[in-house]
Amino acid sequence: MEGYAYARPTSVAEAIGVLQSDAASGRRSQLLAGGTDVLVQMRSNDREPRTLVDVKHIAETNRVDIGDEEVFIGAAVPSAVLNENAQLKALFPGLLESADLIGSTQIQGRASIGGNLCNSSPAGDTIPAIIADGGICVIAGPDGSREMPCEEFVTGVGQNALGAAEFLLGLKFKTPASGSGDAYLRFIPRTEMDIAVAGAGVALTLDGGGTCTAARVSIGAVAPTALLVPEAAEALIGTQVDAAALAAAGAACSAAASPIADKRGTVAYRRKVVGVLCRRASAIARDRALNNIGGSQ
Amino acid sequence: MAEAHDYKAIGTRPVRPDGVDKVTGRANFGADLNLPNMLHGKMLRSPHAHARIKRVDVSQALAMDGVYAACAGGDFPTNERTTDLAKNCMARDKALYHGHAVAAVAARTPYIAERALDLIEVEYEPLAPVLDVDEAMADGAILVNENLHTNGDASKPASNVAAIVKFERGDVEQGFAEADVVVEVDCRVPTAHQGYIEPHACTATINEEGEATVWCCTQGHFDVRSLTANVLGKSVGEIKVIPSEIGGGFGGKTIIYLEPIAVKLSEMSGRPVKMVMTREEVFRATGPTSATHCRAKVGAKRDGKITAASAWLAYEAGAFAGAPVGPGCMSILAPYDLEHFSIEGHDVLVNKPKVAAYRAPGAPQAMHAMESAIDDLARELGMDPIDLRLKNSADEGTQAPYGPVFPAIGFRKCLEATKAHPNYTKPKAEGTGRGVAAGFWFNIGMQSSAEARLSEDGTVTVVEGNPDIGGSRASMCLMAAETLGVPYDRVRTHVGDTESTGFCNVTGGSRTTFATGLAVVQACEDIIAQCKQRAAATWDIDVEQVDWADGQAIPKPGVNVDANPLSLRDIAKNAGRTGGPILGRASVNAQGAGASFSVNFADVKVDRETGKIDVLSFTGIQDAGTAIHPAYVEGQMQGGAVQGLGWALNEEYIYDENGVMENAGFLDYRVPVASDMPMIDTQIIEVPNPSHPYGVRGVGETPIVAPLAATSNAARDALGFRIADLPLSPPRVLEAIDNQADA
Repeated sequence: MEGYAYARPTSVAEAIGVLQSDAASGRRSQLLAGGTDVLVQMRSNDREPRTLVDVKHIAETNRVDIGDEEVFIGAAVPSAVLNENAQLKALFPGLLESADLIGSTQIQGRASIGGNLCNSSPAGDTIPAIIADGGICVIAGPDGSREMPCEEFVTGVGQNALGAAEFLLGLKFKTPASGSGDAYLRFIPRTEMDIAVAGAGVALTLDGGGTCTAARVSIGAVAPTALLVPEAAEALIGTQVDAAALAAAGAACSAAASPIADKRGTVAYRRKVVGVLCRRASAIARDRALNNIGGSQ
Repeated sequence: MAEAHDYKAIGTRPVRPDGVDKVTGRANFGADLNLPNMLHGKMLRSPHAHARIKRVDVSQALAMDGVYAACAGGDFPTNERTTDLAKNCMARDKALYHGHAVAAVAARTPYIAERALDLIEVEYEPLAPVLDVDEAMADGAILVNENLHTNGDASKPASNVAAIVKFERGDVEQGFAEADVVVEVDCRVPTAHQGYIEPHACTATINEEGEATVWCCTQGHFDVRSLTANVLGKSVGEIKVIPSEIGGGFGGKTIIYLEPIAVKLSEMSGRPVKMVMTREEVFRATGPTSATHCRAKVGAKRDGKITAASAWLAYEAGAFAGAPVGPGCMSILAPYDLEHFSIEGHDVLVNKPKVAAYRAPGAPQAMHAMESAIDDLARELGMDPIDLRLKNSADEGTQAPYGPVFPAIGFRKCLEATKAHPNYTKPKAEGTGRGVAAGFWFNIGMQSSAEARLSEDGTVTVVEGNPDIGGSRASMCLMAAETLGVPYDRVRTHVGDTESTGFCNVTGGSRTTFATGLAVVQACEDIIAQCKQRAAATWDIDVEQVDWADGQAIPKPGVNVDANPLSLRDIAKNAGRTGGPILGRASVNAQGAGASFSVNFADVKVDRETGKIDVLSFTGIQDAGTAIHPAYVEGQMQGGAVQGLGWALNEEYIYDENGVMENAGFLDYRVPVASDMPMIDTQIIEVPNPSHPYGVRGVGETPIVAPLAATSNAARDALGFRIADLPLSPPRVLEAIDNQADA
């Protein structure tokens, strides 16, 4: 019987080599960052032997670069480290709040937004926030790296676009323009340590007069994957993000949702609440954007 | 009895003796024991909620490398006297709920054992399950047990209703006819689990002479001993049970699941066997408390005088008889002095796990119904809910609905304290609701033994037989120190195993501080009596001429002896020369457990767009009798409140149509996390129990009784309409808000 193996590559090439060799021999390999999902799954229902490829000892996956044009967040940077980064927090408060929702304080010492994305749960909290912020996945593979918008990365429940010998290096964002703000809200019956019943991420930009010039809205836990909802964004663009616009955006999210009924909520409940969350998150993003008008972030 | 302010040790708040080991991880819990050559046992559980077991074949599992033993129902004594508990530990001819144990294996590692389970062949004949109390009571219902007749009356057709109990007084019809206002509440409360953090775990070994030793986490190792003996057909004397520290029980660890199976696997393999449940097994196969359907009706005059009350209670027992509907019936009207009432309760089988005790078993569900009705009555009458309860409250001399006449009780004091409490007198914040409810629990006495051993340096070791769940070692030390007149840190309390201490009933019924405390006090009094004899002999006077005060023997006033007082330390040091070691002991069957009443109130806020209820403040006021260790009394009050709030807001078993629990884990069985809760404010009322030397009542169970109705009533206040069913989970609340808007 084949046993478990653990690989701890320290370079992109080395990691790809391990993945390629496993793929060639038909052995299962699994990427490991913080392990806060993987280890739980291994201990509960999925005990099949495999090679754990620990990607958190590679320089690229640990990098955080904040430039005038672009921001890069390494896939394995723990949530706790992100939330200690004041500059990042000023640029993407919504994204960092979503990272701050994963598990407990202790878990956040390990959990990463890259891992949350690659776990590809419909309810992953950082995914709608990344999509709203226009995050681009930077994927390393045998033929070099490739990029794809985050909303295309997750392809189904627990499934994503990574090929057998690929792994996520990190996420790339455009550095937000003046007058931008983002927000993420989820609904859980508790206050923490829970899984989203519905979630909504919003990023928007206002001009000097407070009119919305750009917006992205994404919703989570109401479809097999997090959804980008252009109709909701359109409801905000060109408005002062007033009550009517917020209501229209919320209604667009409710309409776009295609939730399941399960132990966490009915279809009607999720559909309704995702609209409420979009409305509330949009208002927070608007207020953050208003505070950022004219200022360099 | 001495006044509370006279006490030196009682009423202080020292650190508990077991505290450091528990916060540093040094304490040993159920799963912590490992023995040489030990095997790991795993249980095969029924995938059906209801099925006939036609055949179990473990031969292929036994043939697997690393597997040493396997057993099934046929390996245990089975006859007409076989208890429900035995059949619950291992199914015989029928699997009665999803997760019911049907076979077990022991192997070198847990993983081999798990894989071996896949090799056990079980031939089932699946049967349709009955999953709900109303469905189970309906005519023509599927029968969980074809041989069960209501109240044992075999002249009637078989039924899922194991028992009907009734309590009545006066003429309830006449009472309702006299009422100016009558209100009625019809409500369902879901199945709730105790949620103890430590899963069930045990290690067992048995020798060739049939003498077994069991290490386990339990609320009562003497009960584990007798129950395990019963399941195995052994005598009690053949089994020794050693309790570990316990990571929560709340009633759920008063029975057994694994212990006889582990002994059987040890007998088969000749090696020690450890069994540890997963969290999922805890949810699927151990006893939660009953889901219930209750109706409560109450009528009153315009001035608030209640003229009649009635209740109809139906409790799910799970797969075997024994829902706590009796205590539900007996507690539901206990706070009130009533001329006319009728209460009818039903113990109903369904294809779900056999229920077990859970903190004040049966009372929270029943009192949720009646205290909701009382709240509606106060609204109808336009009365303050405390005033309404004061007008009808039970007090010393009131005959309880379940029979006895109350001695001194603290309910009125709790009500008066509520009216004066700053959390109650302050106006509620805008958009919030406030709800009040009363709580009650009987508490019990029963049998306990204790020894107090005087060491040669004058320190005292108390040995008793009740696992320490809520700080009882500290309470025993305080009562021993108070009795002996020595400082707290001169006394250590040890929980002895079944061979090293005398019999004690289970740690349950809020009995330990009361009954075992009584035994400890008497054992210390035995030490004092012996010390006085030693002093009398030393001074060559009559023992009647010796007093005991402040931890020392002194000659009585007027006795002319040229001697210094003899301290406990002096007497201990010289014990060898005055007659040998000094050992105090006592055994009691404690009578006169004191009922504990409470009043709880909550302020809540409802998010009308998501249906989420936030508890903004919660106050528990409870008569504890004398609070031996006030911090641990407050801890009990807070812990019970949090469990009650969790049950009121989110906790519930969710089943699919096949009787498979869908939320068998703490992610989706939502006990509150710390940040969900406000600080639970507490106020201890002390009306001493006349039947205990220090006035102890039980305190551990009452705190969970009132929070369900208090939360429900607060939500009623905030929403403007009542949602009678629990939990008040966001989807239920939002749906009710939407329905209300549509109406």
